[in-house]
Amino acid sequence: MKTRFFAVLAGLALCTAAHANDAQSVQATKGWVRVLPGNLPAGGYVELKNTSDHTVKIVGAQSAFYGHTMFHRSSTEGGMGRMEMLDEVDLPPNAVTTFAPGGYHVMLMDAKKPVKVGDHVVVNFQLADGSVLPVDFTARPANAFSLTD
Amino acid sequence: MKLSRIGLMALLTLVLALAGCQREPQPAWRLTDVGGHLPDLDFRLTNDEGKPVTGADYRGKVVLMYFGYTHCPDVCPLTLTQLHVVLQRLGPLADDTRILFVTVDPKRDTPEIMHAYVNAFDKHAVGLVGSDSDTEALAKRYRSAFTREPDRGNGAYDVSHSSAIYIFDRDGKARLLATPSAAQDDIVHDLHLLIGLGAKS
Repeated sequence: MKTRFFAVLAGLALCTAAHANDAQSVQATKGWVRVLPGNLPAGGYVELKNTSDHTVKIVGAQSAFYGHTMFHRSSTEGGMGRMEMLDEVDLPPNAVTTFAPGGYHVMLMDAKKPVKVGDHVVVNFQLADGSVLPVDFTARPANAFSLTD
Repeated sequence: MKLSRIGLMALLTLVLALAGCQREPQPAWRLTDVGGHLPDLDFRLTNDEGKPVTGADYRGKVVLMYFGYTHCPDVCPLTLTQLHVVLQRLGPLADDTRILFVTVDPKRDTPEIMHAYVNAFDKHAVGLVGSDSDTEALAKRYRSAFTREPDRGNGAYDVSHSSAIYIFDRDGKARLLATPSAAQDDIVHDLHLLIGLGAKS
């Protein structure tokens, strides 16, 4: 009985090893964070390519560089600028989901030490299958539009 | 016959002359023309150096007024960056303009914080702070709106606010309205026209 239980466990472990986890099927590129004066919350932006054939869900984020992180989506619909807090972000299969100013962003709050232009910070995106995707962000000046301009 | 023809000519000339008087030729704006529909630039607020200022202090400059707040991590920086790039494209003419960034969050936005914030975007930007009632009165004057959203639990909160950019000529007259998604080319085009109008201070 006990042997059988372990055999099942071993089988399960093999199964997970055979299939790439969610973190392995997502490529993160062009990550950047806007540096604002003082300790104001900053927006983080990135392009996420889901190379798998199923939707990958981001369910949270944590960073050693910030006290709080959360996902937001801004909109200026109807002439009002507002932000919506998101518990989850879906990355559709075989597609690139872009986090960019005016839309999806990671809100990074309470920097543990001042982040300066040119610094790199890492934010760990937690995915629904329990895997973790570390995302690298380059710190850019307040008046930047993207990673390069 | 001959007389009536002369009469007709005279009448035509008069009509043309009157049509000419009625309206000055209007520049071909690309943004939304709000001339005559919104009140002149007028307020009593504190600038980011802690000095009291009024709308009259900005006469002679083309003014771009925008309501926002510094804890706004996305839309406000995007709009101010957009305006920074527009002013850069104006070159030395940018000195004839001012960006007035009015906070809708006077509880958290002190003149010092506003000073550091606006200067991170553009040297022609001025941060303006008022009491709750002064800020509300100014927003109302321009049919702008803002709402403090519920606390997120850690004392942090967002403020939803009108995203329009109000553009005034050198005489403080409201002339144009732009949205944050307006094409930079269109804003640059119209600012060139506005800078060419009216007297420099």
